[in-house]
Order: sequence, then C-alpha cells, then structure tokens
Amino acid sequence: MSSATAIAGAVEACFHCGLAVPPGSSYSVVIDGADRPMCCPGCRAVATAIIDQGLDDYYRHREGHGVNPEALSPSSAEESRSFDDEEIQRGFTRCDPDGIKRATLSIEGISCAACAWLIERQLRRRPGVIDVSVHLGSHRAQLAWDPTIAKLSELLTAVTEVGYVAHPFQPDREEQYARDQQRRMLRRLGVAGLGMMQVMMYAVGLYAGSLQGIDDRHRLLLHWVSLIVTTPVVFYAASPFFTNALRDLRSRQLGMDVPVAIAIGGAYLASVGAMWRGAGEVYFDSVCMFTFFLLLGRYLEARMRRHSDEFSRRLLRGAPRTARRLGPTGEEVVACRLLVPGDWIRVREGETIPADGIIVEGRSAVDEALLTGEPLPHARLPGDPVIGGSQNIESPLVISVTRTGASSTLASIVALLDRAQAERPATVRAADRAARIFVAVVLSLTAAVTFYWWHVQPDRAFEIGLALLVSTCPCALSLATPAALAAATNGLARTGLLVSRGHVLEGLARISDFVFDKTGTLTRGELELVAIRPLGEESEIECVAIARALEEHSSHPIARAFSRWNGPWVRRENESQSEQKIVCSEANTVTGSGLSGRIRGVEYRLGRADWALSLIPGSSAPSFDEADCAVLLVAEHGPVAWFGLRDELRPGAAKLIERLRRRGVRTHLLTGDPSPGATRVAHRLGIEEARGGVSPEEKLAYVRDLQASGAVIAMAGDGVNDAPVLAAAQISIAMGGGSDLTRARADSVLLEDDLDALGGAVNWSHKTRRVIRQNLAWALVYNLTILPLAGMGWVAPYAAAIGMSLSSLLVVGNALRLGDVRVSK
Amino acid sequence: MSILFVLIPLGLALLGLAIWGFIWAVNNDQFEDLDQAAHSILFDDDPVAPEAPDRPGDESS
Repeated sequence: MSSATAIAGAVEACFHCGLAVPPGSSYSVVIDGADRPMCCPGCRAVATAIIDQGLDDYYRHREGHGVNPEALSPSSAEESRSFDDEEIQRGFTRCDPDGIKRATLSIEGISCAACAWLIERQLRRRPGVIDVSVHLGSHRAQLAWDPTIAKLSELLTAVTEVGYVAHPFQPDREEQYARDQQRRMLRRLGVAGLGMMQVMMYAVGLYAGSLQGIDDRHRLLLHWVSLIVTTPVVFYAASPFFTNALRDLRSRQLGMDVPVAIAIGGAYLASVGAMWRGAGEVYFDSVCMFTFFLLLGRYLEARMRRHSDEFSRRLLRGAPRTARRLGPTGEEVVACRLLVPGDWIRVREGETIPADGIIVEGRSAVDEALLTGEPLPHARLPGDPVIGGSQNIESPLVISVTRTGASSTLASIVALLDRAQAERPATVRAADRAARIFVAVVLSLTAAVTFYWWHVQPDRAFEIGLALLVSTCPCALSLATPAALAAATNGLARTGLLVSRGHVLEGLARISDFVFDKTGTLTRGELELVAIRPLGEESEIECVAIARALEEHSSHPIARAFSRWNGPWVRRENESQSEQKIVCSEANTVTGSGLSGRIRGVEYRLGRADWALSLIPGSSAPSFDEADCAVLLVAEHGPVAWFGLRDELRPGAAKLIERLRRRGVRTHLLTGDPSPGATRVAHRLGIEEARGGVSPEEKLAYVRDLQASGAVIAMAGDGVNDAPVLAAAQISIAMGGGSDLTRARADSVLLEDDLDALGGAVNWSHKTRRVIRQNLAWALVYNLTILPLAGMGWVAPYAAAIGMSLSSLLVVGNALRLGDVRVSK
Repeated sequence: MSILFVLIPLGLALLGLAIWGFIWAVNNDQFEDLDQAAHSILFDDDPVAPEAPDRPGDESS
C-alpha cells in the first residue's frame, strides 16, 4: 500500500445533504419512521430541527438533497445582531406607517420548491412575522415583521436552524428598474392581448357584414366599440414603439420601431378618419393584432434577459458590508464605505477583508484565490499587505487601511473590466445593422408604391401602402431570433448553463478559441487528498485519523481536504470505534508552516516538510512528488506519512476539451497560479496552449492578440482577476461559485459542477443557429412573396395582418423545438 | 338585433373588468414566480400531527 487514491467505496450517503458519511460517525435522525444516517452534527441538527417542528413534508417532496450546513456561510452572531441596529437596518428595510418592517432576504441553499416551503413555514410560525414569501427563481424572500415582537436577527437564526442562510438584501437600482420595466411590459401585453381578442371579434362581425350586408347603425356601433377598445391599445400598449421611434429619429437612425410606429399610428389615424368621413375602411383589428404580436416578441426577449440577470445576481450578498473599526472607545461595527485610509480594523478568521491594507498585528493565512487565481492561501505576517476582497483564514488580524473605494485593488480591476467591455468586438451589432437596412428598404418601397398608387387610384393608395407595411413588418423577422433564443435559453438553464445575453447562443457556434482559467474553473478550487504514503508502521487509515485530529483545529483548505476525505475505508466496528477516540490536545497553528499538537501523549507536526522535520533534528524523509502539494506528518519518533493533495479537475473537463477539439476549437489555459501544477493540468487534459502566473493585464493582452488575428473567443473563468478578460472575450462564461463581480458581468453563468454542460451548450448553439436560419429564411420567403402581391394591391390589410400573424406563429412554433435540451445530449 | 346595443357595451364592461383584474394581478406579483405555485399544492397547509399508531415499531434505539 504505497499510495492510495480515493476510490469511493460503498459509503453511505447522508440523508440530509447527500454527502458521504465519514466512517466512524454515528449520527442519525429518525425520519418517516426509519433511522437515517447523517454525515455530520450540522446535518443532524438541521434534520432534527425540521422534524421537531413537524416539517417532515420537506423530506417527502424535495427534489434533491439539501445543502450541507458547513458549505453555507452564515453571518456571525455579531453581524446578525448588527442587523437589528436601526441605523444599519435603514439601508435595507422599509417601514410601513403602522410600524411593520419589510425587507428582502437573499437565501443561500435553496434548491427546490420544498426548500421554499420549508423556509416559509419556519418563519411564518414565529411570533411577530406578518408575512413571508419565498421566490424560488431568484432565491429571495420578502419578509414583513413586527419589530416590537420579533428581532430580525432571531428570524435569520430561525432560517439557519433549518439549514439555510438568509442575508438582508438590498436590491440595487438596476434590478428595481428591470422589475418595474418587466411589469410595465406585462401590463401592456395584457391590454393589447385582451383588446385584440375583442376587436377581432367585432371585426368578424364587420367582415361578415360586408359580405352579407349589415345595417348602417350596427356597423357604426361596431366601429365605435372597436375604436374605444383600440384607443388604449394604441396609446398605452403601443406607446413604447412611438417613444422609441421618436428617439431613433432624433438620433437620426432607423430602428425597427420606425416602420412599426408609422404602421400603427397611420392605420389608427386612417381608421378614425374613415369613421369621421363615414366612408372607407377601418383597420382597428390589424392595429391590435400587430401591437400584440410585437409586444409578445419583446416581452419574451426581456423575460429571458431578466430571468438570467436575476439568477446571476441572486448569489450576490447585497447585505450591507460592515467592518470592525478599532476606535478610541474600542471596537465598533461600521459600514465599509465609511472606512478611510489610516483606520485600524479587526478582521476575524473566516471574514472577508473589507479594504486594502497592511497587517499591524497578528499572523494568518489569507486566501486570494478569487483575486489572483492562486489556489493556496498565503501566509501573511505583520507588515505584509493584504488585498480587500480576500479572505482571512486562520486567525484574527488587525489591519491598517491603506486604500479604499475607487483607489483599491478591487476597484482598479473593475475599471480594467469596464474598459475591456467597452472595447469589445462588435459582433453583436450585426443583427441590428441588418434590421436597419431592411427597415430603410421597406420604408422607401412603401413610399414608392403608395406614390405610384396615388397617381393611378388615389382612393386605394393608403390601403395598399398600409397592407405593404403590415405584411412586410419584420414581425416574423424580429420574432425569429428572440423566440429561438428564449426557448434555447430556457432549455439550457435546465442543464445548468444560464445565459444572460442572447448572443452567447449564436456565438458559441462560431468560436475558434476557448480560453480557460484554471483554479475554480477547470478545477474545483478545493484541495483533495489524493495520495497517502505511510512512512512508519501506522496504516493509511491511522495516518489520516491522526492528521484529521490535528487539522480539526484549522479552517485552512488543507484541513478541509482531510475532513472531506473518504477513501477506501474498511468499515470495521472496532476500528471506527478506536479512531473516534483520537483527540488532539495542545493544537497550535504555525502560520505558513503547518500544525502541531499532541495525540495520546505523542507530539506531532503536520505541514511543510522542512518545518515538520525540524521536530527531530537531523532527520529526513524520502522524497515524494505524487501531487501538486504535499504535506508531511512527523511524530516525535520519526516521519509518519506523506500526504499528497491536489486541486481536482471538475467532472466533465476532459470530455469538454475532447469535444472542443473534435469541433476544431483551439483551447488555451491562462492562470494566475505560477506553480508548475498549472501546466501539468493543461497537459493532462490535452489543452494546446498553457500559461501560468499571468496577471489580469497579461491575460487581457493575450486574448487581444488572439482576437487581432481573427479569433472568436469564448472564455470561462471564476475569479475577479478573470473579469477583465471575460469582458473582452466575445463570449464569457462565469462559474457559479466565482466572485460576484465576475458573475454579474459575464454573458452566462455555469451553475453545474459538470463542465461538460458547456460542451452540450456548444452543440446546442449549433442547433439554435440552424433554427434561427430556418426562421429567417421563412420570414424572408414570406416577405418576398407577399411584397409584390401587396404592392399590386391584392392583399387587404386584414389579410396582411393574418398572414403576418400566422407567419409569426410558425416561427415561434419552430423555435419552441429548442426548449427540450435532452435531445442534444 | 337591437340587443347588440346592450350586449356589446356589456362586453365592453366585462373587458374593462378583465383588464383591471389583469393589472391588479401584475401589480400584486402574481406573475413573479410561476413555478412555486405548482409545487405548493403538494404540501399540507398545516402539518398534521404524526399519527402515532401507524409508525413502524421501535426501530430507532
């Protein structure tokens, strides 16, 4: 047994979170009359709370496992208490006149409707809670409570009890705006739809009347009611077309909205004029139908965008960020934006460092993975600089703030990102340009045809012009793409890739190069124990047990690797019993080196080889190079074992690279991690180009060079350091676990663990492109056929409107085929 | 056919009602979450007290 890789044995899965139950643990909860295994005290506590509250329905209806409570990041008790503070609450609550407070909470850990139910139920039975509704799609909850009875911190704790974490959330203005916009569109769509149904009904009467004969007074009645119903449709529902058309004309551009506004406005005015004169045709039905279908297309498109925007933002912790400032009166919690250079702040272990600064006191490990892409935390000592946004892992630090706000490191990366985004190649604009040309052609054609008829047969000129405008309306054309994209986007969201900008789907089919980040993108960004080589008499299992006992006192990523490990255990009762008794005393963390402690009276050290070996002067250990990162366990009497750790690849990574290669897409790896492990990963996967230790600027330059040679680039990344490159690439994909900034700015977010979902997306985008082409071809053929017919005056406006609608329906129906992604697999 | 002069305005009134209802629904977030409602029917409104006799014996120690 020289080395062992983690082969998943027949391990039991935790009933609550689905993770493997570590050997030797004996946690369980009785659910539905049977003993269910639990992996850790956290899960047991949550499951017990759920059962005790009579909420066991959750387990019956949930669609997947819950989230392990350890994977969540609850606010510290102190931070929660600060949410009760009036001053801090003002940032995220609204207060009704009767004293009821309302807040939006962002909730971590929701995965299905059962979760939403569980949270609602748990909160609703708390005294003082007036109302709560959990929105599954956005992972938010609206909470209304009576502050005289309940405290917000207690309610947040109640959510934590059942295994979720709630943070107060401040919806940003952009989001609020998107929400209002969406509602306005929906109201307009409803008015247009209902109006259309009515007016069409009246129109049937009118058409039947013109065939069979109709009383003048009846016709007049139908005209009048049509007018009454159409008026709000034109002035309310269709108003955006007019404002957009005006805006376009003012900026001397031709958008799709110009002919639309002319057609709607012209037809409406002409119909009113015909009624006034008591002669001529009315086109109210065409007006309503036209408006409705156009609004429907826009609505579908907007909903798709908002849906995914919400998704990508829902993980943003909009909670007011606070810092502990050390003032003359002691420690005080203040909002981060109030910090100024020179302030001293305390950052506890596990907290995010709020601003750039220099360590004054304390030594700790700082995780900068999201900022630099380096997977392992750095040891930081007094006098060392730290970057705002990184995480303090080991022990409390006192930091003197050097830079805040716009001058901080984080802000400078954001600035780089903004610039990259503004200079992005304009592949997206092509569709708009095509539409503009089309519109110009349609308008001039209509003018010419109307002019011609004006001379030949003046009384029919308007009718024919209108028919031409309506029938050539780029309706099918304008629905063709958004409908296909909306359907495909919904389908992809189900496989785990969330698309927030429509061009991703079209674009993925055209890419020539795919650039990956390493840490957190190709790899999981978490260390895993992959090799154990015992050096003494202890078995592998004993070695791990000792290491685990030591690491229990640390929150370093290496420690997490040990606690997660569940290798090829042989579950023997006595063994698991004895193992449980291992307890480490006098545990001590030596920053940058490792851990020391005493187990059964023997002193152990676990960490960097040279430091661990210095426990026994003059000793040495055989060399070991089986993994990217190795730690040595040494006892008083000699070296005990080597442990090899590796940042494991995400599942599907190899398959994705293979798929891309078969499609002829070149692959690149750019990582901030300078270690040779970076390039080793590239080799293992068969990635063609790999660069390690590159800065955000260098990444950006690399991508720009590729683009200069004509490459169309898709980039996948997770860290803040990837954000500028993501913005520069034609298509950007952020990882679900990545930084807030990256997710918010990327074109799409991968929520799945499985990277191969991207491969599926590439396939899907080829299919989407095919459907869009079919749709456009149909729209074009239809328009080209109807154009001469309408131009010759053979198409009545109502027939044009029906033709246009049928054509649109066909296009939408074709697009809906894209909703079922399973076909692509 | 004079009945049309009554029926059509009546239809208009109903239409007005429908539009009002729709706008009310939009303003009250009825269209915000279309997935949750489909599932909520699965859950009992009030958790029923566990029926003791039906529980399989004392498997739990």
